[in-house]
Amino acid sequence: MRDVAVIGVGMTRFGELWDRSIRSMGIEAGLGAIQDAGIYSTDLEALYMGNMASGLLIKQEHLAPLIGDFVGMGKLHLPATRIEGADASGGLALRQAYIAVASGLHDIVLVGGVEKMTDVGDARATGIMASAADQEWETFHGATLPSLYAMMARRHIHEFGTTQGMLGSVAVTNHYHGSLNPMAQFQREITMEMALESGIMADPLRMFDCAPLSDGAATLILCPVSRAREFTDKPVKILGSGLATDSLALHDRETITSLAATRIAAQRAYKRAGITFRDVDLAEVHDSFTIGEIMAVEDLGFFESGKGGKAALDGELRIDGSMPINPSGGMKARGFPPGAAGIAQAVEIVHQLRGDADRRQVKDARIGLAQNVGGTGATTVVHIFEVI
Amino acid sequence: MEVPRFWRETRARYNLEGVRCGNCEKVFFPPREVCPDCHRASIGRMEKFKLSGKGEVYSFSTIHSAPDYFKDEVPYIVALIKTDEGPMVTGQIVDWEDGEVQIGTRVESVFRKISEQGKHGIIQYGFKFKAVRRALK
Ligand SMILES: [Zn+2]
Repeated sequence: MRDVAVIGVGMTRFGELWDRSIRSMGIEAGLGAIQDAGIYSTDLEALYMGNMASGLLIKQEHLAPLIGDFVGMGKLHLPATRIEGADASGGLALRQAYIAVASGLHDIVLVGGVEKMTDVGDARATGIMASAADQEWETFHGATLPSLYAMMARRHIHEFGTTQGMLGSVAVTNHYHGSLNPMAQFQREITMEMALESGIMADPLRMFDCAPLSDGAATLILCPVSRAREFTDKPVKILGSGLATDSLALHDRETITSLAATRIAAQRAYKRAGITFRDVDLAEVHDSFTIGEIMAVEDLGFFESGKGGKAALDGELRIDGSMPINPSGGMKARGFPPGAAGIAQAVEIVHQLRGDADRRQVKDARIGLAQNVGGTGATTVVHIFEVI
Repeated sequence: MEVPRFWRETRARYNLEGVRCGNCEKVFFPPREVCPDCHRASIGRMEKFKLSGKGEVYSFSTIHSAPDYFKDEVPYIVALIKTDEGPMVTGQIVDWEDGEVQIGTRVESVFRKISEQGKHGIIQYGFKFKAVRRALK
Protein backbone atom coordinates (compact mmCIF):
# COMPACT_ATOMS: atom_id res chain seq x y z
CA MET A 1 0.00 0.00 0.00
CA ARG A 2 1.25 3.47 -0.92
CA ASP A 3 0.52 6.58 1.09
CA VAL A 4 -2.05 8.82 -0.58
CA ALA A 5 -2.47 12.61 -0.49
CA VAL A 6 -5.12 15.13 -1.43
CA ILE A 7 -3.50 17.71 -3.73
CA GLY A 8 -6.52 19.71 -4.85
CA VAL A 9 -10.08 20.55 -3.81
CA GLY A 10 -13.04 22.23 -5.46
CA MET A 11 -16.71 22.72 -4.77
CA THR A 12 -19.78 24.66 -5.76
CA ARG A 13 -21.75 26.64 -3.26
CA PHE A 14 -24.52 24.42 -1.86
CA GLY A 15 -28.16 25.45 -1.94
CA GLU A 16 -31.29 25.64 -4.04
CA LEU A 17 -29.46 26.20 -7.29
CA TRP A 18 -32.36 26.49 -9.72
CA ASP A 19 -30.11 27.62 -12.56
CA ARG A 20 -27.59 24.79 -12.20
CA SER A 21 -27.73 21.32 -13.77
CA ILE A 22 -25.96 18.24 -12.46
CA ARG A 23 -23.37 18.55 -15.20
CA SER A 24 -22.70 22.24 -14.67
CA MET A 25 -22.16 21.65 -10.94
CA GLY A 26 -19.93 18.66 -11.64
CA ILE A 27 -17.90 20.77 -14.06
CA GLU A 28 -17.47 23.69 -11.64
CA ALA A 29 -16.32 21.47 -8.76
CA GLY A 30 -14.16 19.29 -11.01
CA LEU A 31 -12.40 22.15 -12.77
CA GLY A 32 -11.97 23.90 -9.43
CA ALA A 33 -10.08 20.92 -8.03
CA ILE A 34 -8.00 20.46 -11.20
CA GLN A 35 -7.03 24.13 -11.02
CA ASP A 36 -6.33 23.99 -7.28
CA ALA A 37 -4.02 21.01 -7.84
CA GLY A 38 -2.29 22.73 -10.73
CA ILE A 39 -2.68 19.69 -12.96
CA TYR A 40 -4.03 19.26 -16.48
CA SER A 41 -7.03 17.10 -17.31
CA THR A 42 -4.63 14.93 -19.30
CA ASP A 43 -2.77 14.07 -16.07
CA LEU A 44 -5.83 12.26 -14.71
CA GLU A 45 -5.92 8.48 -14.81
CA ALA A 46 -9.35 7.73 -13.35
CA LEU A 47 -12.53 9.29 -12.05
CA TYR A 48 -14.88 8.24 -9.24
CA MET A 49 -18.23 9.94 -8.71
CA GLY A 50 -20.39 9.63 -5.59
CA ASN A 51 -24.11 10.11 -6.16
CA MET A 52 -27.14 8.89 -4.26
CA ALA A 53 -30.20 9.10 -6.44
CA SER A 54 -29.85 10.83 -9.80
CA GLY A 55 -32.03 8.13 -11.34
CA LEU A 56 -34.94 8.90 -9.03
CA LEU A 57 -34.30 12.63 -8.87
CA ILE A 58 -33.58 13.60 -12.48
CA LYS A 59 -33.91 10.29 -14.35
CA GLN A 60 -30.24 10.35 -15.25
CA GLU A 61 -28.09 7.30 -14.54
CA HIS A 62 -24.64 6.63 -15.98
CA LEU A 63 -23.31 9.72 -14.32
CA ALA A 64 -19.56 9.13 -14.15
CA PRO A 65 -18.81 9.21 -17.91
CA LEU A 66 -21.31 12.06 -18.35
CA ILE A 67 -19.51 14.33 -15.92
CA GLY A 68 -16.11 13.07 -17.02
CA ASP A 69 -16.97 14.05 -20.58
CA PHE A 70 -18.09 17.55 -19.63
CA VAL A 71 -15.07 18.15 -17.39
CA GLY A 72 -13.20 17.77 -20.68
CA MET A 73 -11.98 14.20 -20.38
CA GLY A 74 -14.22 12.58 -22.96
CA LYS A 75 -11.45 11.93 -25.47
CA LEU A 76 -9.18 10.42 -22.81
CA HIS A 77 -11.58 7.46 -22.40
CA LEU A 78 -10.77 7.37 -18.70
CA PRO A 79 -11.99 4.68 -16.38
CA ALA A 80 -14.97 6.38 -14.67
CA THR A 81 -17.14 4.78 -11.99
CA ARG A 82 -20.18 5.96 -10.09
CA ILE A 83 -20.41 4.88 -6.44
CA GLU A 84 -23.65 4.68 -4.46
CA GLY A 85 -24.24 4.28 -0.73
CA ALA A 86 -27.13 6.68 -0.07
CA ASP A 87 -25.81 9.87 1.58
CA ALA A 88 -22.48 8.10 2.23
CA SER A 89 -21.87 7.93 -1.54
CA GLY A 90 -19.25 10.68 -1.42
CA GLY A 91 -17.27 9.08 1.39
CA LEU A 92 -17.50 5.71 -0.35
CA ALA A 93 -16.25 7.20 -3.62
CA LEU A 94 -13.32 8.76 -1.76
CA ARG A 95 -12.49 5.38 -0.29
CA GLN A 96 -12.53 3.75 -3.74
CA ALA A 97 -10.27 6.45 -5.15
CA TYR A 98 -7.95 6.10 -2.14
CA ILE A 99 -7.73 2.34 -2.69
CA ALA A 100 -7.01 2.85 -6.39
CA VAL A 101 -4.07 5.14 -5.64
CA ALA A 102 -2.84 3.23 -2.57
CA SER A 103 -2.79 -0.02 -4.53
CA GLY A 104 -0.62 1.46 -7.24
CA LEU A 105 -3.28 1.01 -9.92
CA HIS A 106 -3.53 4.74 -10.62
CA ASP A 107 -1.45 7.80 -9.77
CA ILE A 108 -3.64 10.86 -10.26
CA VAL A 109 -7.33 10.40 -9.64
CA LEU A 110 -10.31 12.75 -9.51
CA VAL A 111 -13.05 11.90 -6.99
CA GLY A 112 -16.25 13.90 -6.85
CA GLY A 113 -19.70 13.86 -5.35
CA VAL A 114 -22.78 15.49 -6.82
CA GLU A 115 -26.53 15.70 -6.26
CA LYS A 116 -29.32 17.63 -7.95
CA MET A 117 -32.14 17.59 -5.37
CA THR A 118 -34.35 20.56 -6.09
CA ASP A 119 -35.80 19.57 -9.46
CA VAL A 120 -38.39 17.60 -7.45
CA GLY A 121 -40.71 18.99 -4.77
CA ASP A 122 -40.28 18.47 -1.03
CA ALA A 123 -42.72 15.57 -0.66
CA ARG A 124 -41.13 13.70 -3.56
CA ALA A 125 -37.66 14.41 -2.20
CA THR A 126 -38.69 13.10 1.24
CA GLY A 127 -39.84 9.87 -0.41
CA ILE A 128 -36.63 9.56 -2.42
CA MET A 129 -34.45 10.12 0.65
CA ALA A 130 -36.46 7.40 2.40
CA SER A 131 -35.19 4.95 -0.22
CA ALA A 132 -32.02 4.84 1.92
CA ALA A 133 -34.13 2.93 4.46
CA ASP A 134 -35.71 -0.52 3.98
CA GLN A 135 -38.45 0.03 1.41
CA GLU A 136 -40.32 -3.20 2.21
CA TRP A 137 -40.32 -3.03 6.00
CA GLU A 138 -39.78 0.61 7.04
CA THR A 139 -40.82 2.97 4.26
CA PHE A 140 -43.82 0.85 3.28
CA HIS A 141 -45.26 1.59 6.73
CA GLY A 142 -44.86 5.34 6.32
CA ALA A 143 -41.43 5.76 7.92
CA THR A 144 -39.35 8.66 6.62
CA LEU A 145 -35.68 9.36 7.22
CA PRO A 146 -36.51 12.17 9.69
CA SER A 147 -38.88 9.85 11.59
CA LEU A 148 -36.25 7.10 11.86
CA TYR A 149 -33.72 9.59 13.26
CA ALA A 150 -36.51 10.93 15.46
CA MET A 151 -36.92 7.46 16.98
CA MET A 152 -33.19 7.40 17.70
CA ALA A 153 -33.46 10.85 19.27
CA ARG A 154 -36.40 9.76 21.45
CA ARG A 155 -34.42 6.77 22.76
CA HIS A 156 -31.37 9.00 23.34
CA ILE A 157 -33.58 11.37 25.33
CA HIS A 158 -35.10 8.41 27.22
CA GLU A 159 -31.83 6.63 28.02
CA PHE A 160 -29.44 9.52 28.61
CA GLY A 161 -31.55 12.55 29.48
CA THR A 162 -30.59 14.34 26.27
CA THR A 163 -32.82 17.39 25.83
CA GLN A 164 -34.43 19.34 22.99
CA GLY A 165 -32.10 22.19 23.97
CA MET A 166 -29.08 19.96 23.42
CA LEU A 167 -30.36 19.00 19.97
CA GLY A 168 -31.09 22.65 19.26
CA SER A 169 -27.59 23.71 20.33
CA VAL A 170 -26.13 21.53 17.55
CA ALA A 171 -28.18 23.52 15.03
CA VAL A 172 -27.25 26.86 16.65
CA THR A 173 -23.53 25.99 16.59
CA ASN A 174 -23.55 24.75 13.02
CA HIS A 175 -25.43 27.82 11.81
CA TYR A 176 -22.83 29.95 13.61
CA HIS A 177 -20.10 28.09 11.73
CA GLY A 178 -22.09 28.47 8.51
CA SER A 179 -22.20 32.23 9.09
CA LEU A 180 -18.40 32.19 8.76
CA ASN A 181 -18.38 30.15 5.54
CA PRO A 182 -18.95 32.02 2.26
CA MET A 183 -19.77 28.72 0.51
CA ALA A 184 -22.52 27.77 3.01
CA GLN A 185 -26.19 27.58 2.04
CA PHE A 186 -27.22 29.30 5.28
CA GLN A 187 -24.97 32.13 6.38
CA ARG A 188 -27.22 33.54 9.08
CA GLU A 189 -26.97 32.62 12.71
CA ILE A 190 -30.05 31.25 14.44
CA THR A 191 -31.09 31.53 18.07
CA MET A 192 -32.06 28.72 20.41
CA GLU A 193 -35.62 30.10 20.43
CA MET A 194 -35.80 29.78 16.65
CA ALA A 195 -34.57 26.19 16.86
CA LEU A 196 -36.98 25.19 19.61
CA GLU A 197 -39.98 26.92 18.07
CA SER A 198 -39.50 25.74 14.49
CA GLY A 199 -42.16 23.46 12.98
CA ILE A 200 -42.23 19.79 13.90
CA MET A 201 -41.01 17.48 11.11
CA ALA A 202 -41.10 14.17 12.94
CA ASP A 203 -41.51 14.57 16.67
CA PRO A 204 -39.19 15.15 18.57
CA LEU A 205 -37.24 16.54 15.58
CA ARG A 206 -38.09 20.03 14.38
CA MET A 207 -37.24 21.81 11.16
CA PHE A 208 -33.97 23.14 12.56
CA ASP A 209 -32.97 19.61 13.59
CA CYS A 210 -32.93 18.61 9.92
CA ALA A 211 -30.42 19.53 7.22
CA PRO A 212 -31.90 21.05 4.06
CA LEU A 213 -31.98 19.08 0.82
CA SER A 214 -29.58 20.91 -1.44
CA ASP A 215 -27.95 20.93 -4.84
CA GLY A 216 -24.19 20.90 -5.07
CA ALA A 217 -20.95 19.20 -6.02
CA ALA A 218 -17.50 18.78 -4.49
CA THR A 219 -14.28 17.31 -5.84
CA LEU A 220 -10.84 16.17 -4.67
CA ILE A 221 -7.68 15.24 -6.59
CA LEU A 222 -5.62 12.42 -5.08
CA CYS A 223 -2.11 11.22 -5.86
CA PRO A 224 0.62 9.20 -4.13
CA VAL A 225 2.34 11.11 -1.31
CA SER A 226 5.64 10.44 -3.10
CA ARG A 227 4.50 12.71 -5.98
CA ALA A 228 2.42 15.21 -4.02
CA ARG A 229 5.07 17.94 -3.80
CA GLU A 230 5.23 18.12 -7.59
CA PHE A 231 1.86 19.83 -7.32
CA THR A 232 1.49 21.53 -3.93
CA ASP A 233 3.41 22.83 -0.93
CA LYS A 234 0.72 21.65 1.44
CA PRO A 235 -0.36 18.12 0.59
CA VAL A 236 -2.83 16.55 3.00
CA LYS A 237 -2.18 12.88 3.61
CA ILE A 238 -5.01 10.38 4.03
CA LEU A 239 -3.83 8.68 7.22
CA GLY A 240 -6.60 6.12 7.36
CA SER A 241 -9.86 4.98 5.81
CA GLY A 242 -12.49 2.85 7.56
CA LEU A 243 -15.75 1.49 6.22
CA ALA A 244 -18.38 -0.50 8.11
CA THR A 245 -21.95 -1.55 7.45
CA ASP A 246 -24.99 -2.60 9.45
CA SER A 247 -28.58 -3.70 8.86
CA LEU A 248 -30.49 -1.31 6.62
CA ALA A 249 -33.47 -1.35 8.98
CA LEU A 250 -33.30 0.24 12.42
CA HIS A 251 -35.46 -2.54 13.84
CA ASP A 252 -32.69 -5.09 13.29
CA ARG A 253 -30.11 -3.22 15.42
CA GLU A 254 -28.99 -4.06 18.96
CA THR A 255 -29.24 -0.39 19.90
CA ILE A 256 -30.48 2.76 18.19
CA THR A 257 -28.76 5.35 20.39
CA SER A 258 -25.40 4.65 18.77
CA LEU A 259 -24.36 3.60 15.26
CA ALA A 260 -22.33 0.38 15.29
CA ALA A 261 -21.17 1.14 11.74
CA THR A 262 -19.64 4.42 12.96
CA ARG A 263 -17.93 2.82 15.95
CA ILE A 264 -16.42 0.07 13.82
CA ALA A 265 -15.49 2.25 10.83
CA ALA A 266 -13.76 4.61 13.27
CA GLN A 267 -11.84 1.76 14.94
CA ARG A 268 -10.68 0.60 11.51
CA ALA A 269 -9.63 4.10 10.45
CA TYR A 270 -7.84 4.86 13.74
CA LYS A 271 -6.01 1.55 13.50
CA ARG A 272 -4.93 2.16 9.91
CA ALA A 273 -3.83 5.70 10.85
CA GLY A 274 -2.01 4.52 13.96
CA ILE A 275 -3.73 7.14 16.13
CA THR A 276 -6.53 7.38 18.69
CA PHE A 277 -9.46 9.77 18.90
CA ARG A 278 -7.34 11.92 21.24
CA ASP A 279 -5.07 12.85 18.33
CA VAL A 280 -7.91 14.32 16.27
CA ASP A 281 -7.98 18.13 16.25
CA LEU A 282 -11.30 18.63 14.45
CA ALA A 283 -13.97 16.64 12.64
CA GLU A 284 -16.67 16.98 10.04
CA VAL A 285 -19.47 14.61 11.07
CA HIS A 286 -22.77 13.53 9.56
CA ASP A 287 -25.31 16.02 10.93
CA SER A 288 -28.14 15.44 8.46
CA PHE A 289 -30.11 15.46 11.73
CA THR A 290 -28.87 17.05 14.96
CA ILE A 291 -29.13 13.73 16.81
CA GLY A 292 -26.73 12.33 14.20
CA GLU A 293 -24.02 14.75 15.31
CA ILE A 294 -24.60 13.91 18.98
CA MET A 295 -24.30 10.17 18.29
CA ALA A 296 -21.26 10.78 16.05
CA VAL A 297 -19.20 12.61 18.68
CA GLU A 298 -19.93 9.73 21.05
CA ASP A 299 -19.34 6.91 18.56
CA LEU A 300 -16.08 8.44 17.34
CA GLY A 301 -14.84 8.44 20.96
CA PHE A 302 -14.68 12.22 21.49
CA PHE A 303 -17.28 12.11 24.28
CA GLU A 304 -18.60 9.32 26.46
CA SER A 305 -21.79 7.60 25.48
CA GLY A 306 -24.73 9.83 26.45
CA LYS A 307 -22.57 12.94 26.92
CA GLY A 308 -22.60 14.27 23.36
CA GLY A 309 -25.67 16.43 23.90
CA LYS A 310 -24.20 18.14 26.92
CA ALA A 311 -20.96 18.75 25.02
CA ALA A 312 -22.97 20.54 22.31
CA LEU A 313 -24.88 22.60 24.86
CA ASP A 314 -21.66 23.58 26.65
CA GLY A 315 -20.11 24.91 23.42
CA GLU A 316 -17.44 22.20 23.26
CA LEU A 317 -18.22 21.59 19.56
CA ARG A 318 -17.68 25.20 18.45
CA ILE A 319 -14.58 26.08 16.46
CA ASP A 320 -13.16 27.60 19.66
CA GLY A 321 -14.34 24.68 21.82
CA SER A 322 -12.46 21.64 23.12
CA MET A 323 -13.47 19.47 20.12
CA PRO A 324 -14.39 21.55 17.06
CA ILE A 325 -17.05 19.79 15.00
CA ASN A 326 -18.39 20.81 11.59
CA PRO A 327 -16.47 24.06 11.20
CA SER A 328 -17.91 24.30 7.67
CA GLY A 329 -21.41 24.59 9.12
CA GLY A 330 -21.97 20.90 8.52
CA MET A 331 -24.80 19.51 6.45
CA LYS A 332 -27.11 21.58 8.63
CA ALA A 333 -25.83 24.99 7.48
CA ARG A 334 -23.35 24.47 4.65
CA GLY A 335 -26.07 22.46 2.91
CA PHE A 336 -26.75 18.83 2.14
CA PRO A 337 -26.54 17.45 -1.38
CA PRO A 338 -26.54 13.78 -0.27
CA GLY A 339 -24.08 12.41 -2.85
CA ALA A 340 -21.66 15.32 -2.44
CA ALA A 341 -21.78 15.51 1.36
CA GLY A 342 -18.88 13.16 2.07
CA ILE A 343 -16.57 14.86 -0.42
CA ALA A 344 -17.50 18.32 0.91
CA GLN A 345 -16.46 17.14 4.39
CA ALA A 346 -13.03 16.23 3.02
CA VAL A 347 -12.80 19.58 1.21
CA GLU A 348 -13.37 21.37 4.53
CA ILE A 349 -10.84 19.22 6.39
CA VAL A 350 -8.24 19.99 3.69
CA HIS A 351 -8.88 23.74 4.01
CA GLN A 352 -8.59 23.52 7.79
CA LEU A 353 -5.37 21.50 7.71
CA ARG A 354 -3.80 23.76 5.08
CA GLY A 355 -4.72 26.71 7.28
CA ASP A 356 -6.79 28.50 4.65
CA ALA A 357 -10.21 28.30 6.29
CA ASP A 358 -10.26 32.06 6.96
CA ARG A 359 -12.73 33.19 9.63
CA ARG A 360 -13.71 29.66 10.60
CA GLN A 361 -10.12 28.41 10.95
CA VAL A 362 -9.58 26.01 13.86
CA LYS A 363 -6.31 26.86 15.61
CA ASP A 364 -3.39 24.45 15.29
CA ALA A 365 -5.33 21.96 13.19
CA ARG A 366 -3.03 19.12 12.17
CA ILE A 367 -5.22 16.00 12.12
CA GLY A 368 -8.85 16.03 10.91
CA LEU A 369 -11.51 13.37 10.58
CA ALA A 370 -14.57 13.02 8.34
CA GLN A 371 -17.49 10.73 9.19
CA ASN A 372 -20.06 10.12 6.45
CA VAL A 373 -23.20 8.06 7.12
CA GLY A 374 -25.59 6.43 4.66
CA GLY A 375 -29.28 6.34 5.58
CA THR A 376 -29.80 5.62 9.27
CA GLY A 377 -26.34 4.09 9.62
CA ALA A 378 -26.23 1.00 7.41
CA THR A 379 -23.02 2.50 5.98
CA THR A 380 -20.42 4.67 7.69
CA VAL A 381 -17.17 5.80 6.10
CA VAL A 382 -14.48 7.44 8.22
CA HIS A 383 -11.40 9.14 6.79
CA ILE A 384 -8.53 10.65 8.76
CA PHE A 385 -6.30 13.33 7.26
CA GLU A 386 -3.00 14.94 8.29
CA VAL A 387 -1.18 17.89 6.79
CA ILE A 388 2.38 16.92 5.87
CA MET B 1 -45.50 -0.14 -4.40
CA GLU B 2 -46.09 -2.29 -7.51
CA VAL B 3 -48.61 -5.14 -7.30
CA PRO B 4 -46.17 -8.08 -7.58
CA ARG B 5 -43.75 -6.47 -5.15
CA PHE B 6 -46.53 -6.10 -2.60
CA TRP B 7 -48.03 -9.51 -3.33
CA ARG B 8 -44.73 -11.34 -2.76
CA GLU B 9 -44.76 -10.32 0.90
CA THR B 10 -48.47 -10.68 1.69
CA ARG B 11 -48.07 -13.67 4.03
CA ALA B 12 -45.77 -11.68 6.29
CA ARG B 13 -47.74 -8.46 5.87
CA TYR B 14 -51.18 -9.98 6.54
CA ASN B 15 -50.28 -12.50 9.22
CA LEU B 16 -47.10 -11.16 10.84
CA GLU B 17 -45.50 -14.38 9.69
CA GLY B 18 -41.76 -14.49 10.37
CA VAL B 19 -39.35 -17.36 10.87
CA ARG B 20 -37.66 -19.20 13.73
CA CYS B 21 -34.13 -20.53 13.38
CA GLY B 22 -34.18 -24.31 13.76
CA ASN B 23 -30.67 -24.18 15.15
CA CYS B 24 -30.83 -21.48 17.88
CA GLU B 25 -34.62 -20.90 18.07
CA LYS B 26 -34.28 -17.15 17.68
CA VAL B 27 -37.30 -15.55 15.95
CA PHE B 28 -36.98 -13.11 13.04
CA PHE B 29 -39.39 -10.71 11.39
CA PRO B 30 -39.46 -10.03 8.47
CA PRO B 31 -38.56 -13.56 7.38
CA ARG B 32 -34.92 -14.33 6.62
CA GLU B 33 -33.37 -17.25 4.75
CA VAL B 34 -30.25 -17.34 6.92
CA CYS B 35 -29.82 -16.80 10.67
CA PRO B 36 -27.25 -14.03 11.27
CA ASP B 37 -25.90 -15.97 14.28
CA CYS B 38 -25.89 -19.53 12.92
CA HIS B 39 -25.03 -18.83 9.27
CA ARG B 40 -24.85 -22.06 7.23
CA ALA B 41 -26.04 -24.20 10.14
CA SER B 42 -29.43 -22.47 9.73
CA ILE B 43 -29.82 -22.92 5.98
CA GLY B 44 -32.98 -24.87 5.22
CA ARG B 45 -33.89 -24.81 8.91
CA MET B 46 -35.66 -21.43 9.12
CA GLU B 47 -39.23 -22.44 10.04
CA LYS B 48 -42.36 -20.30 9.63
CA PHE B 49 -43.31 -18.62 12.87
CA LYS B 50 -46.34 -16.36 13.41
CA LEU B 51 -45.99 -13.44 15.82
CA SER B 52 -48.81 -12.82 18.29
CA GLY B 53 -48.83 -9.12 17.39
CA LYS B 54 -48.44 -8.20 21.06
CA GLY B 55 -45.60 -6.09 22.30
CA GLU B 56 -44.59 -2.70 23.59
CA VAL B 57 -43.46 0.60 22.15
CA TYR B 58 -39.65 0.85 22.02
CA SER B 59 -39.61 4.23 20.29
CA PHE B 60 -41.94 6.28 18.09
CA SER B 61 -42.31 9.48 16.12
CA THR B 62 -45.31 11.52 15.09
CA ILE B 63 -44.77 12.43 11.45
CA HIS B 64 -45.86 15.88 10.27
CA SER B 65 -43.91 15.99 7.02
CA ALA B 66 -44.58 12.95 4.83
CA PRO B 67 -43.72 11.66 1.38
CA ASP B 68 -46.37 12.30 -1.30
CA TYR B 69 -47.87 8.81 -0.93
CA PHE B 70 -48.58 9.35 2.80
CA LYS B 71 -49.21 13.08 2.96
CA ASP B 72 -52.98 12.73 3.44
CA GLU B 73 -52.34 10.78 6.64
CA VAL B 74 -50.41 13.38 8.66
CA PRO B 75 -50.01 13.50 11.55
CA TYR B 76 -49.42 9.77 11.94
CA ILE B 77 -47.29 7.76 14.32
CA VAL B 78 -44.58 5.36 13.20
CA ALA B 79 -43.15 3.17 15.96
CA LEU B 80 -40.64 0.47 16.72
CA ILE B 81 -42.52 -2.30 18.51
CA LYS B 82 -40.60 -4.78 20.64
CA THR B 83 -42.75 -7.87 20.15
CA ASP B 84 -43.25 -10.40 22.93
CA GLU B 85 -41.54 -13.05 20.76
CA GLY B 86 -38.40 -10.93 20.41
CA PRO B 87 -38.20 -9.26 16.98
CA MET B 88 -38.51 -5.50 16.72
CA VAL B 89 -41.08 -4.47 14.11
CA THR B 90 -41.64 -1.10 12.40
CA GLY B 91 -45.28 -0.14 12.00
CA GLN B 92 -47.84 2.60 12.47
CA ILE B 93 -49.85 3.10 15.65
CA VAL B 94 -53.50 3.96 14.98
CA ASP B 95 -56.53 5.19 16.95
CA TRP B 96 -54.29 7.08 19.36
CA GLU B 97 -55.24 9.87 21.69
CA ASP B 98 -52.86 12.70 22.59
CA GLY B 99 -50.21 11.55 25.04
CA GLU B 100 -51.40 7.95 24.99
CA VAL B 101 -48.40 6.53 23.14
CA GLN B 102 -45.22 6.46 25.22
CA ILE B 103 -42.10 4.31 25.36
CA GLY B 104 -43.31 1.12 27.09
CA THR B 105 -46.98 1.41 26.05
CA ARG B 106 -48.48 -2.07 25.44
CA VAL B 107 -49.82 -2.56 21.92
CA GLU B 108 -51.46 -5.24 19.79
CA SER B 109 -51.56 -5.61 16.04
CA VAL B 110 -54.59 -4.76 13.92
CA PHE B 111 -55.24 -5.37 10.22
CA ARG B 112 -55.60 -2.09 8.35
CA LYS B 113 -55.20 -0.30 5.06
CA ILE B 114 -51.62 0.90 4.72
CA SER B 115 -51.82 2.94 1.52
CA GLU B 116 -53.57 3.37 -1.81
CA GLN B 117 -51.89 3.55 -5.17
CA GLY B 118 -54.03 6.42 -6.46
CA LYS B 119 -57.69 6.20 -7.53
CA HIS B 120 -57.22 3.25 -9.87
CA GLY B 121 -54.40 1.38 -8.16
CA ILE B 122 -54.55 -1.36 -5.56
CA ILE B 123 -55.18 -0.75 -1.89
CA GLN B 124 -52.42 -2.21 0.24
CA TYR B 125 -53.30 -3.80 3.56
CA GLY B 126 -51.14 -4.99 6.40
CA PHE B 127 -50.48 -4.75 10.12
CA LYS B 128 -50.61 -1.66 12.25
CA PHE B 129 -50.70 -1.45 16.03
CA LYS B 130 -52.98 0.10 18.63
CA ALA B 131 -52.59 0.72 22.32
CA VAL B 132 -54.12 -1.94 24.59
CA ARG B 133 -56.72 -0.23 26.77
CA ARG B 134 -58.34 -1.67 29.83
CA ALA B 135 -61.83 -2.98 29.01
CA LEU B 136 -64.66 -0.68 30.11
CA LYS B 137 -67.15 -2.28 32.48
ZN1 LIG C 1 -29.78 -19.26 14.61
